[in-house]
Amino acid sequence: MCGGIAVRNAAVFSPCPDASVLFDPVLDKETVLNGKAGEIVIAYAIRRVLMLIPVLIGMSIITFSIVHAIPGSPAQAILGDRANPEAVKQLNESMGLNDPLYVQYFRYLGNVLQGDLGTSYKTGRPILDEIGPYLAATVELAVMAMIIAVFFGVNLGILSAWRQNSAIDYTSMVIALIGVSMPIFWLGLLEQWVFAQELGWLPSNGRIDPRMTFESITHFYFIDALIQGDFYALQDAFNHIWLPAIALGTIPMAIIARMTRSSMLEVMRSDYIRTARAKGVGEVLIVYKHALKNAFIPILTVFGLQMGLLLGGAVLTETIFSWPGIGRYLYDAIVSRDYPVIQSGILVIATIFVLINLIVDLLYAYVDPRIQYGKE
Amino acid sequence: MSMNAPTMPTQEPMQPMSNSPMEEKESAWQDTWRALLRHRSAMIGGIIILFFIFIAVVAPLLLPFGYNQIDADSRLQAPSADHWFGTDDLGRDIFARVIYGARISLWVGFFAITGSIVAGSLLGLIAGFYGGWRDVIISRLFDILLAFPGILLAIAIVAMLGPGLENAMYAIAIINIPTFGRLMRSRVLAVKQEDFVMAALAIGMKNSRILLRHVLPNSWTPIMVQGTLGFATAVLEAAALGFIGLGAQPPEPEWGKMLSDSRSFIQSAPWTMIFPGLAIMFTVLGFNLLGDGLRDILDPRMKQ
Repeated sequence: MCGGIAVRNAAVFSPCPDASVLFDPVLDKETVLNGKAGEIVIAYAIRRVLMLIPVLIGMSIITFSIVHAIPGSPAQAILGDRANPEAVKQLNESMGLNDPLYVQYFRYLGNVLQGDLGTSYKTGRPILDEIGPYLAATVELAVMAMIIAVFFGVNLGILSAWRQNSAIDYTSMVIALIGVSMPIFWLGLLEQWVFAQELGWLPSNGRIDPRMTFESITHFYFIDALIQGDFYALQDAFNHIWLPAIALGTIPMAIIARMTRSSMLEVMRSDYIRTARAKGVGEVLIVYKHALKNAFIPILTVFGLQMGLLLGGAVLTETIFSWPGIGRYLYDAIVSRDYPVIQSGILVIATIFVLINLIVDLLYAYVDPRIQYGKE
Repeated sequence: MSMNAPTMPTQEPMQPMSNSPMEEKESAWQDTWRALLRHRSAMIGGIIILFFIFIAVVAPLLLPFGYNQIDADSRLQAPSADHWFGTDDLGRDIFARVIYGARISLWVGFFAITGSIVAGSLLGLIAGFYGGWRDVIISRLFDILLAFPGILLAIAIVAMLGPGLENAMYAIAIINIPTFGRLMRSRVLAVKQEDFVMAALAIGMKNSRILLRHVLPNSWTPIMVQGTLGFATAVLEAAALGFIGLGAQPPEPEWGKMLSDSRSFIQSAPWTMIFPGLAIMFTVLGFNLLGDGLRDILDPRMKQ
């Protein structure tokens, strides 16, 4: 799947190319020289956005099927196994579950487009009202995980490339390899055991100390704490986010490190780096200013693909650390068979994933207009 | 990208593109095999995999305990001479459970990835070779499947089919189809331009024969590499589904499920968590190492 370990090979055989490879206009040297490149990038952007439509329709069909493919009717699921058959029949009728499937699908699609994500069986509240705080918690965690992944991944990769075949190179690449092979739920449990239970350095669960009187306005705790100037809460939020963010960030970190290393190795051999060296530019400046800039494009691709992995991984990480995010929301729904929540939770995460990929693709076209789109 | 030893001799890669006669083909295979034996990380990966296959096959012969032998008197015992990996909350021997778990994980990985390769390759062949509306439909289908983060789509599929090991296996197979499908499609598009395919078309060879005789043999090297790496992903995905309760059901000794069962005893009995996790990590590591090595050897473009 795009997002798993397979992503590492995206640059190799392109098993998982971003959709751009299939549908892009050709951008060759002449077009660039004639100044039509801008138009073509815009045309590409429009096509790329239009391409989302069949994907989103397909996604909605899959999520719609979740509720309808389960054994027994949703009415039965709401009322429980021992419900009166008459009551089940009545509820089926009132929920429109006796209508033909396509009617039900279009009704579902209409509702989703109007922002109605259904009602949770468990809480009886509209999912749209519930989902906001969960989403904010996941975004906060994912951003923190990505900061960790990019910071350590890029620097580890640079260090490896800079001292290729040295002990540092081997050590960091072994760390990266173990990183991609490590199940994140196991890493999470190990972290809890060592850092929370044995050493007692960091809290093992939740987002903030429940005893703390902390009012959340935006649902982003870091922003809330800063707005209110509550630095004690800020520190507590930091303490809580470390362990889950490290668990979630490890795989992207490892993949970014490997990608950075190979792409830096290529750039470091180029003539302009040799020129810079000949001019007497310092090593640090060469690496961070000259080389990294050009090594950044493959890193950007990996970054986009990894955001998806992060969203998927959030289900596991949030479950372990009782992080009240959308992954945990989804997990609880799975446990309690709350199908509308499963359906909408998956739809929301997948939509975010698709949008992130769109942004990365467009960014990619913007950063490197030389790329020969559409030439397979 | 890989971690070749500095001392590693640079092997001559086999030529996956060549449409050589039979005897040359055999020597190409021998070259690959020899290159594999010289590739240090691939060898380590291969040995790890063979080790797990070995313990999975001979599991019952190795063990004095069954994987589901409950013993209330020896609950949560630390590792000892009797119980090498300790016991779990029901007094079951963790060593036995981890070893039987290898059977489950390798089994699931093998069937899921074989299924993905067969279905993905078939769809990719059709899309790439025939093009037109078939390509549009199949490619859009891949786009839709890839629009979900992998594990999430697996969760959706298992939610539809119902929890269980077999359904988890189907889910993992389905989510990995587009990876192989796109790979095959792009290889077919490249091979289609080769002179020998043109020649075959020109002399009026049937499509099915061209596909089987020329396109498929010249496309499957990257599939093999991706399949090895995909095996690693499949093992992780199966464990993840087991961990959230959608995969293997009790009392099956599945590694992911064992980890989620261990959560209540992390402090009092960390061994319940350490050994199944190590087993998952080493299996995945083995397939990643071998896959990386195969790629270095089979794909000359990646050589540095």
